[in-house]
This record gives sequence, structure tokens and C-alpha cells, in this order.
Amino acid sequence: MHELPITENILTTVCKHAETSKVTQIVSITLDIGELSELESEWMQHYFDYLSKGTVAEGAKLKINKIPIVLKCNTCGRTFEIKKSLIGASSCPGCNATSDFTMVSGRQYYIKEMEAR
Amino acid sequence: MDDIKLIEIKEEILADNDLAAQQLREKLRGDKTYVINLMSSPGAGKTSLLLKTISVFKDSHKTAVIEADIDSMVDAEKIRDAGVKSVQLKTGGFCHLDSQMVKQGLDALGSENFDLIFIENVGNLVCPAEFDTGAIKNVMILSVPEGDDKPLKYPLMFSTSDVLIINKTDMLALSDFDINILKNHIARLNPGMKIFELSAKTGQGMNGWIEWLKNQLAEF
Repeated sequence: MHELPITENILTTVCKHAETSKVTQIVSITLDIGELSELESEWMQHYFDYLSKGTVAEGAKLKINKIPIVLKCNTCGRTFEIKKSLIGASSCPGCNATSDFTMVSGRQYYIKEMEAR
Repeated sequence: MDDIKLIEIKEEILADNDLAAQQLREKLRGDKTYVINLMSSPGAGKTSLLLKTISVFKDSHKTAVIEADIDSMVDAEKIRDAGVKSVQLKTGGFCHLDSQMVKQGLDALGSENFDLIFIENVGNLVCPAEFDTGAIKNVMILSVPEGDDKPLKYPLMFSTSDVLIINKTDMLALSDFDINILKNHIARLNPGMKIFELSAKTGQGMNGWIEWLKNQLAEF
């Protein structure tokens, strides 16, 4: 639901980098987005296409890497991946603990790189 | 055809908001203005809880409210009738608040003149969880009719909030809501979360929340 402001931020950032790198057309943008975010890839591309009209990023393809949610068990120290729908019902595969986990990854909102000419 | 270059960017998309929120929080600490970001689904009882809470604190602490709920002209009037200053943010149908919008609200109030400010965030459990507002504490309300499975559906909201208020406990007898199931989910997501069970309507359990907030203000 908040794809629009996120997409605006992405566009501003890539345009800034296009200027410093002296490129005139951005071809693709690679993003790392944590599974815990509620961003819909399709909508982001729609919004991006709309917002980027007339900029160096017009026509660029968003390549979205979904980064899995990884928890660390504070009891035994093991890290493990977990599906979003199961995150509140998980137990540690190492020691069966059902509480006291720290999230190691899954909340990323990261612009990794872009391809441009 | 020109060669395609790979350009490293390595930037957090929300970096600007996170930085602005951090700066706002530092300013609030300096001014000794305690700001609570209140989040919930529509209908969970944000305004009722707010009115009851304000009535306790308004005589001892200079209190104000930032209203952001999309359809909250009604809410703003209720808050004004409660005798505290409020500002209505024009969110234009936005699904969440970010720190820049909150700063506008704080500036409009003259936040440095207040001890306690509540932000009534936009009513939904998805978007507000993603944006740091700069508030000192994030408090979420879940009401009994919404069900005990909500941490499974909105894990981010339950992991980013400091406090959970389970509201409408007067309706527990009418539902199959199981507080222990809810607490089990939360133990996995956010073991440090402070939980209060109350009914803003009957007043039952309100004391725990009020005492906690009094202590927070005293230690701030």
C-alpha cells in the first residue's frame, strides 16, 4: 500500500547516481527487499513506470530480490529461515525454543545497483 | 550501441526517513517532550483510549494530539472537546505517516511547549509499521474482535511496537479470542513487548497502562 512513496525514493536515488556517473539511460535497477515488507513487486513497477516518465530512468526494469526472513535463536545461537506466515508460530530447529529470537534479515529496503548506458 | 555499465548504489531506500526520525527523536529528548505513536486498525478504539488517557494526564502534563487518521474530523472535534490542543495533519489519503509529516505537526503545535504528545497514526496495521515517525515509543492497539491471530498476519507491526494494548477485553466472553495464543505469537516476534489488557469503555485494566505511562514520563 505504500509502494508509491518507496518508489519515489528509489527514483530520486537512481537519478542522482545517473547524474554523478554521467549516464543517460538507466536500463535496470536491482533492489534487495526483505520478505517481511508488504511491497508488491508488480505495483512498484507500475508506479515506477508512471513516475519515471521523461527521466533518465524511463523504461528501466526493477529487479527485485526478495530476501528471506532469518531469525537467530538467542538460546542456542542457531540461525534459521522462516516463512512470513509462520513467523509468529515458529520454534527453533536446534533447541525447540519458542521465544527470544532476534531478526537477522527480512526487513531490507536496499538499492543495490543499476545498469545504465 | 553503447555499452551497459553496472553502477553500484548501495543505499537504504528509507535512509532519509530513518535519519530524519532519529534527529527528531533527539530533539524531543532535548525538549523533554514525550511522543507516543499510536497505531491500530480502524475501529480498535484509538480515539476512546486516547480520550480516557488524556483525561488522566491533561492537568499534570501539558498534553497535545496530532491527528492523522484519514477520516478523522470527527476525532479531532472529540479531542478538542476534551480540552487539549490538537492539530489535524492533511495526509491526503496517505496510508501512513513519515517523520517529515510528523515534524510538520510538531512544529504546528510548538512541541517544545508540551510534555506529552500523542500521534494518532493512520488506521492500518501494514504501512505505519514501515516508517519511523521519530516518536519516543510505538504503541499499538489490538481489539478483541480482531482476533488472536493478528501477529501472524501483521508480523512487522507486532515486531516494531514497544507496547501492545489489548482493548475491548469486556468482549472476551463473547469471542473465542485466546490471550495466551496471542502472547505465544508475540513471545516469538517481540519478547520485550509490554502488554496491557484493558477495556477503555469500562475502565477495567486502564490502571496498568496509566501507571506505566506515568513512570515513563517520570523517568524521561
